Amino acid sequence: MKWISPRELREQGVLGMNSRNVDYIGRSNDRSRYPLVDNKLKTKQMALEHGMPVPVLFGVVRTQHAVQALEQMLEGLEKFVIKPVQGSGGKGILVITQRRGDDFVKSTGAVLNLREVKRHTSNILSGLYSLGGRPDVAMIEDMIEFDQMLSNYSHEGVPDIRVIVYHGFPVMAMLRCSTHASDGKANLHQGAVGVGVDIVSGHSLYAIQHNKKVEQHPDTGFRFDELVLPHWDEVLHLAAGCYGMTGLGYFGADIVLDRDSGPVILELNARPGLAIQIANQVGLRKRLQMIDDLRPIERDVDERVSLAKQMFGVTMV
Amino acid sequence: MSSRLQISLVAGILIALGLGLALYKKIELGFPLLPGQRQVVWTLESKISFIPAGGPIEISLALPSSQAGWVVLDDHFASSGFGFTVMASNGDRHAQWTRQSLDRSTTLYYKLQIYRADNVGLGGGPVPDIEPPELTTDRQAAMERVVASLQERSSGSVSFTALLLQQLVQEQMDQDAAFLFGNREESKLAVVMDVLAFAGIPSQRVRGVFLEDGRRRQQINSLVEVFDGKHWTIFDPTTGQPGLPENFFVWRRGGTSVLDVVGGLSSQLEFAIVKNTLPIKTVLFMEQQVGEQPLLGFSIYSLPVEHQGVFKGLLLIPVGALVVVLLRVLIGIRTSGTFMPILIALAFIQATLLTGLIIFLAVVGAGLWIRSYLSHLNLLLVARITAVVIVVILLMAALSIVSYKFGFNQALTVTFLPTIILAWTIERMSILWEEEGGHEVLIQGGGSLLAAVLAYLLMSTALVEHLSFNFPELMISLLGVVLLIGKYTGYRLTELYRFRDLSRPDK
Repeated sequence: MKWISPRELREQGVLGMNSRNVDYIGRSNDRSRYPLVDNKLKTKQMALEHGMPVPVLFGVVRTQHAVQALEQMLEGLEKFVIKPVQGSGGKGILVITQRRGDDFVKSTGAVLNLREVKRHTSNILSGLYSLGGRPDVAMIEDMIEFDQMLSNYSHEGVPDIRVIVYHGFPVMAMLRCSTHASDGKANLHQGAVGVGVDIVSGHSLYAIQHNKKVEQHPDTGFRFDELVLPHWDEVLHLAAGCYGMTGLGYFGADIVLDRDSGPVILELNARPGLAIQIANQVGLRKRLQMIDDLRPIERDVDERVSLAKQMFGVTMV
Repeated sequence: MSSRLQISLVAGILIALGLGLALYKKIELGFPLLPGQRQVVWTLESKISFIPAGGPIEISLALPSSQAGWVVLDDHFASSGFGFTVMASNGDRHAQWTRQSLDRSTTLYYKLQIYRADNVGLGGGPVPDIEPPELTTDRQAAMERVVASLQERSSGSVSFTALLLQQLVQEQMDQDAAFLFGNREESKLAVVMDVLAFAGIPSQRVRGVFLEDGRRRQQINSLVEVFDGKHWTIFDPTTGQPGLPENFFVWRRGGTSVLDVVGGLSSQLEFAIVKNTLPIKTVLFMEQQVGEQPLLGFSIYSLPVEHQGVFKGLLLIPVGALVVVLLRVLIGIRTSGTFMPILIALAFIQATLLTGLIIFLAVVGAGLWIRSYLSHLNLLLVARITAVVIVVILLMAALSIVSYKFGFNQALTVTFLPTIILAWTIERMSILWEEEGGHEVLIQGGGSLLAAVLAYLLMSTALVEHLSFNFPELMISLLGVVLLIGKYTGYRLTELYRFRDLSRPDK
């Protein structure tokens, strides 16, 4: 078993969990603003108020009683997503890609009937997927049809782009590709592939699965080193723009690329994970400290993005 | 950086304060810092409760003296509003509470601390006069036949008593004996005394208390002592066995009743008992000082015994919490729930480690299995958790009964494992299983168990127990340490492995 010495970690500027919690999350994020990001419905409403693109909301189910009316709510919807408003880690998200008669076809190809969809919704409401089992609310929104190019790098799920934003500056980014092992979820813990992305170009840097380097997607076989994310500038602007609306100093923006409408905000995360450092093969701390030096001056989104690009570009080998 | 400075300052003050207090107790007051020679010390709190009948009240309690190797370390009386005296007459000590009138039911307290210095018998003693019982004619006739039958089968007064008690214990009595003992108005023991007196055997009651740790409403018990002309032999009437039971504290040998209440109804004498394994030196010392030192007047030793017992466990919780904090922040071990491991560790203390561990694993394992079936049924979350709780209770009951039948008494300690913790563990683990896979269950479940075991090992150390109970001010220092840990921003041990891929040998 190979280990790394604390000294080397420090030299690499790797951010540890304790330091993330105390120095960045604790210091930069006002607790009272957490509900804005923990509650996806609030995030969506806030984003709409600020004119940010989000998946279209079809409806909200708040009570077990309302689950009975689900059929009317879903009428005419060919493809949609049912997700818990306070879920975490991609839990409890049901993606329906098409209707077949009275039945619903999941992204995995499995077929559900109306009763099973209702059951899933009811489970969401009773808190099965929310933190600590709190009663929750289910929301139904439009399914993202992602870019054809990205579908090469994803299996049974939506690949999303995680951008760490520190005081409005996009600091580090990674593409998260779901795999068969991750059960279609873009969650690195569960075996999704994390691809580090260059802040300047949107070009891939390195890819990991289960904290180990991979060259190609385990299910689709496409090589990661050929990957360049489209709409990259828009992605950065969108992520950086979320700073103004949330007031959070340190967060992760999860963005997906829709085939038609380009980048949309899927959700925000006030406690983004640290695996992004492995996917980028670079520590976060030095970048965060560089931002700290810039913080005293107010800048708009464009300035912040271009400064970030100047600072955090990676020379390709 | 000012918040860091602030924390360091506060933590420094707290640590210094705690250590300072402990050092003051050590140096100025001479508290032993190490547990040293340990001895089982029992603390008995006698509660005298009664309902006043109106008019003057006089309560007399016979006080125990050091007998059969038992040593009374110290005793205290609580008697607010009563006149109080201790009267000594020919070797007997009586505590007497008096009051002109009283209009509500009242409880008086007498607390004493005892330990057994030598495991010796009662030795010789004055032989009381035999007072033949006054009996009705039918009982007289039965008594004569019982005594004759016993005398026929016995060789002396000791075997006579042994036979009599055996009959009583095994409930194999002939008609006469059954008639004698069947009288509900008299206690069986009183009849035994009558039989002995009738047979001309000098005998007396030895009153005392069976010591059991954590008992709250223990009653006074009596043993029977008979004199065979040379020696006294003592019998336990509940078992028929001769000899003084080891855990029997002799309160009063011979004589009349222990408690007399004049002017009160429904008087009761009950004992709360707590066992401490303590260094005698400490205890002796503590008791001397409590009255004199104002600092000790506020110590845990000034609390009623029942609450001291609670505190014994309570004071260990911060130690367990420290273990969990260290494991999570410095090592990076993931546990399910922050303080669940402490609760499991407390359960282990009650149930002992190995049995606790086995039972925990068995119940959680079986519960997980059953829950996986329940999840196929697609129940609502609340109903499912409730179902799991019920199943866990059933499992625990089944485990207790089955193992008791097979003669494993330890399994009864399963009841010490908090049900809700077990049920919640099962529920959390199974959701984890569904959502993140068995791997995560192993990591978090294993982490929790590891934390619980480590916490248990630390909490059950003699030194830790001694320090946490005798130097509770060290908890203030602990608080300071935890505050400091809360500001630790270095790497966790597990991160050295997690980020191993980032090492660049070429640099």
